This record gives sequence, structure tokens and C-alpha cells, in this order.
Amino acid sequence: MEKDKPLLKVENVGIRFGGLRAVSNVNIELYSGEMAGLIGPNGAGKTTFFNMLTGVYVPTEGQIVLNGKQLNNLSPYKITRNGISRTFQNIRLFGELSVIDNVKVAYHSQAKHTLFSSILRLPSHFAGEREMEERATEFLKIFSLDRFKNEKAKNLPYGQQRRLEIARALAANPKLLLLDEPAAGMNPHETRELMNLIALIRERFDLTVLLIEHDMPLVMGVCERIFVLDHGQLIAEGTPAEIKNNPKVIEAYLGEEVS
Amino acid sequence: MAVFKQAKFFWSSIVISLVLFAVVQILITGGMLNLFYVNTLVFIAINIMLAVSLHLIIGITGQFSIGHAGFLAVGAYASGIITMKLEMPFISALIIGGIVAAIAGFIIGFPSLRLKGDYLAIATLGFGEIVRILFLNLDYVGGASGMQVNHLTTWPWVFGCMLVAILVIVNFTNSTHGRACISIREDETAADAMGINTTYYKVTAFVIGAFFAGVAGGLYAHNFYIIQPSNFGFLKSFDILIFVVLGGLGSLSGSVIAAILLTVISTFLQDYPETRMIIYSLVLIVVMLYRPQGLMGTKEITSVFSRGQKLKGGKKDGKGQTVA
Repeated sequence: MEKDKPLLKVENVGIRFGGLRAVSNVNIELYSGEMAGLIGPNGAGKTTFFNMLTGVYVPTEGQIVLNGKQLNNLSPYKITRNGISRTFQNIRLFGELSVIDNVKVAYHSQAKHTLFSSILRLPSHFAGEREMEERATEFLKIFSLDRFKNEKAKNLPYGQQRRLEIARALAANPKLLLLDEPAAGMNPHETRELMNLIALIRERFDLTVLLIEHDMPLVMGVCERIFVLDHGQLIAEGTPAEIKNNPKVIEAYLGEEVS
Repeated sequence: MAVFKQAKFFWSSIVISLVLFAVVQILITGGMLNLFYVNTLVFIAINIMLAVSLHLIIGITGQFSIGHAGFLAVGAYASGIITMKLEMPFISALIIGGIVAAIAGFIIGFPSLRLKGDYLAIATLGFGEIVRILFLNLDYVGGASGMQVNHLTTWPWVFGCMLVAILVIVNFTNSTHGRACISIREDETAADAMGINTTYYKVTAFVIGAFFAGVAGGLYAHNFYIIQPSNFGFLKSFDILIFVVLGGLGSLSGSVIAAILLTVISTFLQDYPETRMIIYSLVLIVVMLYRPQGLMGTKEITSVFSRGQKLKGGKKDGKGQTVA
């Protein structure tokens, strides 16, 4: 895709909860294949912004356009089918389902067999389920999660749960992947593994990634472009080096300099 | 391979259940079972239908509905009207009873399934009461004194309907559609984010559950000579809820076992009317104290039987692990 045609275009987006303006006037453009980061102090509105992108909240102003299609007012599942998939700040796996079933749920919207054929156990049901099983098994191998295939998702160690959540989000076949604090609660070793995983994802899948993260070495290490939110406003945008030296960003994180 | 195993299991369980049916049928025709036992069996089968249909709504989809007796009532009255007022055959009464209950399920489910947890429970409880009061005030179906219905329910009818109900619900659960419902139970926000149309699946589960409750209502009505609105109060809803909770939320075999167990207990306690409710309640308290997750937890009876096979599979996986 040419550089001048963005994959995701967010124009003047904002949301109000009663009298509170959680996010306002955010303009972001993401290009295909880009790896971008979204940072900001606690309560800056980063997750709220993600929730607007994925349809959990409906923005009260502005518009969100993915690949030329307007997304605001669509329900979350339709937005996912249009190509935005996400992970959550606090892991939200389907705990009682097995690891492979978690991935299969993400495949559901691509399933060819109908409710009717499943209830009557028609051949198309068996064919569809078999295909899903094979695809999901292959998919889990990429993330080296296949050895936990039949384990309940809630029984996985923390790091592997994060891994599975990212795998599940990718199984939904997104064009844009949103990662909400993927390194939260991870030790340095797990964070390094996560960075490798993100590199692997970029290599194997053709997609654009936007991630929220507080772990600065991770953000600075993997992102090409960084957006900074503070009090619901976009205060800076640029390469990691630019962001590091931006006085507004330093002010947002550390407070104003006493003169 | 798992899918292939599923197909094999599917057919073998059908064969087993048909054998069970034949044995009971032979006992009945041979006159070895008296009317009391036959009636108990019929009652067990109807309760199993109610339990598995509510299991689909609560145990699988996680929507806490406590107005199930409402669907039972709708099915009972609809089928009663078909056989008594319109004088059509029993089979059409059962099917139409199911369909009318399913429509009721859709009408109540579509708006109220936006509610969550306690709020949905209150809304469905209200629905159950509305249905009861509606029939209480309808003179066409006899009001408070009830409607006379012929005794048409026999063992083959109940068994057939129960088998169909279980098969449909098992087949639904063990498919991508059932997984979609379970994902809603586990985490609705995440299910939504994975592209699952949560409203569609909640309503679908509700409608299928209501359909089989309606069919059960048809069988229930034609098992007595009279149906009255007082048979379908909220205590009836709680009876059904207890089957599902006691059996273990999320376990179909659990709700079947609980339905059998509790029906048998309450039937045999009829000889001691003074202490009946005390003993019944004590059984519930004891089970909940010692097995708060229900009799079966979330496990199915099939996983208990196939444990040996699973262990083998586990070892193989273990080998693969060390290589990797």
C-alpha cells in the first residue's frame, strides 16, 4: 500500500462520560505494516481510546475509518470482522475452555458450517470442525503453545496466558492488532520473550500493530512511531528519539520544571 | 481425530439409549412395572428435558434465567388447546407447543438478554409470573379452575422427546456454535472482541431452551387430566433451576443425574408428607455444603469414562514436550 493512504484514520475522536471528557480531539493515522506505540501517564485515556477503536464505547465525536470503511457505531463483533482485533489489559481468556478451543472461538466467524448442520451432524459439520481443529493446531505451533493444546486456558502460567491471548487475537485474522499493556505483570525474562514474539508476529503476519505499554525499554525498542496521550489529548507524536526529548512529554510524566 | 471420536461416541450413545428404552418398554408391556413406576419414569424424563433445556441457557451460555416454568406453561397450554379445542393429533400439539414457547422465548429474550446477571434473573422471573397470571385470567383456558386435558403422554413419547432434546443440545454444545455460547459465559466482552455475535447466540440458546421446555410442557399437560396455572408458579422454576445448579453448572450429565435423583427422592418422599420438604431441603443443603460446584462440577460423565484413554494421550504429549 502507498504511504499516503493510511490503514487507520482517526479524526477528531472524543468521548464524554456525562460531564467528563475522557478523550478529545485525537487524530491518528496508522499506515499498513507500521508498529506504533501509545503511551501516557495513568488515566490519560489510552484504554478508553482502545475501547473506542474496538466498539466497546461509541465515540461521541469524530470518526474512525479503517481501510476506507467507517467503523464508529458498529458493534464490537462487526469491528473485529472488519479487521481490528485486540488483547486486554487484564487477561480475558475463556478460562474453562481448552487452549485450542480459545483459538477456535476466534475462528468462529469464518466457520462455514451452519447451526442447522451442527445440530443434525451433517457431513459439513464434521468437515468444518476438522478443518478448524487442523488450522488451530497448526496455528498454536507457531506460538509453541501446541503442547498445552488440551489444557484449560486458566491453568496456563501467566506468561503463556498472555501469549495465548495474543495468539487468539491474531487468529481472528486482523489487519490491525491492538495490544493493551502486553508486558504488564511480566518479569524481565518474560518481557524479552514477548519482544521476540512481537518480532515473530511482524515477520509471519502482514499486519499493523498499535500497543499501549508502560515498559519504556519495550516501547522504545519495538515501536517505530509513538503517540503520547495526556488528559485525553494527544500531546506528541514521533519516533522514539523525538519522544524521549520532547519537553511536553517530559512534563506530562515528571511535572513542570520549577523556574 | 477428536471429531472422528465424537462421531463414534455419538452413535454408540444412541445405541445405548435405545437399548435402555427397549428394556423399559418390554417391562411395561410385560406388566412388570406398575403404573406408579411408569408414571415416575415419565416424570423423570420430563424433568430431564426441563433440566437440559435450562442447562443450555444457564450452564452453557451463562444467562441466569429463572422463569423457565413460564415456557413450560406456554407449551402446556398451547398443546392443550391444540388437542382439546382444535382436536388435532398429539404430535402436532407437542411441536406447536414447542414452537409457541420458542416464540415466547424470542419475545422475552430479545430485549431482556441485554441485561446481565441479577437483572436478567429478575426480568425472567417477572416473565414467568406474567405467563401464570395471564393463564389465570384467560377464561378460554379455564382460568383458575384449569383446563381439562386428555391423558396422552406415554413412555415412548416422553423417551423420544427426551432423546431428541438431549441430542440437539449435545450436538449444539459440541460445535463451534456451542463454543461461541461458552465463550459468552466465560467472558462476554472478550467473546465480542473475537467476532462472536453475542446477542444472536444468547437469543438462540434461549429460543432452543424455550422450545424444549415447551415440548416438555406438552408432555407434562397430557400426563395429567387437568392443568392449572398454579402448577407453573415460580417454585416450579426453582425446581428446574435446582436440577441445573445441583448437577453442576455447565455439565449436561450433571443436570440429568440431578433431575433423576431429585425426582426419585421427591416421589418417594410423598409417603411422608409432613417431613417431605424438610428432607428434600436437607439433601440440597448437604450436597451444596460438600460439593458447592455441583454433583459433576463442569465435567461430563463421558470424561470420567475416557480417563484411561486420556492418560495415554497425555503421556504421548509429554514425550513430544521433551523433544520440543
